[in-house]
Amino acid sequence: MAEHKLNTPLTDEDIVKLKAGDVVFLSGTIYSARDAAHKKLVELLDAGKDLPFELQGASIYYVGPSPAPPGRPIGAAGPTTSYRMDTYAPRLHSLGLKATIGKGKRSDEVKEAMKEHKAVYFGATGGAGALLSNSIVASEVIAFEELGPEAVRAMKVKDFPLLVINDAFGGELYAKPALDT
Amino acid sequence: MREIPASKIVEAVAEMCVKANTVLPDDVRTKFEQAMAEEESPAAREVLRQLLENADISRDTKLPLCQDCGLAVFYVEVGEEVVVDGPGLKEAINEGVRKGYGEGYLRKSACDPLSRKNTGDGTPAVIHFDVVPGERLKIAYMAKGGGSENMSRVTMLAPAQGWEGIKKFVVQRVAEAGPNPCPPTIIGIGIGGTFDHSARIAKKALIRKLDDTHPDPEIAAMEQELEAELNKLGIGPMGLGGKTTVLGVKIAVEPCHIASLPLAVNVQCHSQRHEEVEL
Repeated sequence: MAEHKLNTPLTDEDIVKLKAGDVVFLSGTIYSARDAAHKKLVELLDAGKDLPFELQGASIYYVGPSPAPPGRPIGAAGPTTSYRMDTYAPRLHSLGLKATIGKGKRSDEVKEAMKEHKAVYFGATGGAGALLSNSIVASEVIAFEELGPEAVRAMKVKDFPLLVINDAFGGELYAKPALDT
Repeated sequence: MREIPASKIVEAVAEMCVKANTVLPDDVRTKFEQAMAEEESPAAREVLRQLLENADISRDTKLPLCQDCGLAVFYVEVGEEVVVDGPGLKEAINEGVRKGYGEGYLRKSACDPLSRKNTGDGTPAVIHFDVVPGERLKIAYMAKGGGSENMSRVTMLAPAQGWEGIKKFVVQRVAEAGPNPCPPTIIGIGIGGTFDHSARIAKKALIRKLDDTHPDPEIAAMEQELEAELNKLGIGPMGLGGKTTVLGVKIAVEPCHIASLPLAVNVQCHSQRHEEVEL
């Protein structure tokens, strides 16, 4: 398993280097969006409008951070469970989204879309919100402020610690449960 | 009669909310350390190392352990001779949640289920009241995260399915949940009661200490058996494979209807956050 230092925006060349199980330290800008924000992003696309950020090469972090206490750019900021965004992800990948960051399993449709459009799914450690917050150096709400914790934020990250869960070749890191049946 | 000022309850609840969300309980920390010693896979060990570091950062900075500071769930034992002045006990608890979640910079995760509009202050809390004799007031708080809650299920088994059927359902549930609920998880199991009551006792079982032993030796043995079986699944910390899929199994049993065998499985993530106070 290799270790990579990558910068956003991600390119196809970055993506094809990655294999399930690789460790990635990501730097640059990533965008937070979870359930409610995804619904709104897709509504913008349906209406033929621009998204609040450039999707080509983008990385979306499935996170709803806790409020920033005084003197910090953001509160705790670990990943939320990704499958809830599965209905939206294939369309976003087809428009240039290169990576999503979350925790938990993805659907077959999302895995297919990642193969077709050269994209990856990163896992961050769930329940390590304080630790992951230390890798976020700045954060700004750029859309849907009314959604509170679910607003879209541009987050500047430095060496954000990730694992490649699904790569662009159908590889997957998650263990298959050992069931007798 | 014993009179308790609402303000005292507000303060105590607010303090519990902040403490539970920022200080990992010792029993959970000890389990992480034990798991770290047992795990051989580097990925599993790295997850556990991060979780221990996360707990240190949270304790030192007061950032929440997890951004999902949960829905606020309470178990209240209120003495028949207790009178709460001011707005009353229920409102005092909700006010404590507002204060704790507000001043502690905790995430407010309560929303309308249909419009999805956030209530903005973490309320309403889910409060279970139990009336007990005397002048006691005991309040237990749990921060219940959504990711693990989503992996929970209630089912109505046929009585003939018995313990084997119960085990099968629980193992299937944990296997299907896989990495989603932030393993290693704690599994609260409610057996018996009614459809709704099984879920209530399953969740309440989660406020037990991880290192305790059920007072009924038969149930204690069932907990151990199921824990060993679940840890054979190999899901491991964050689903990356390993020996530690669950940190514990806590079972609650109540009588049920002769026609029924209600079973509730309440999944709790590794970030088990709860506190209690007696006023």
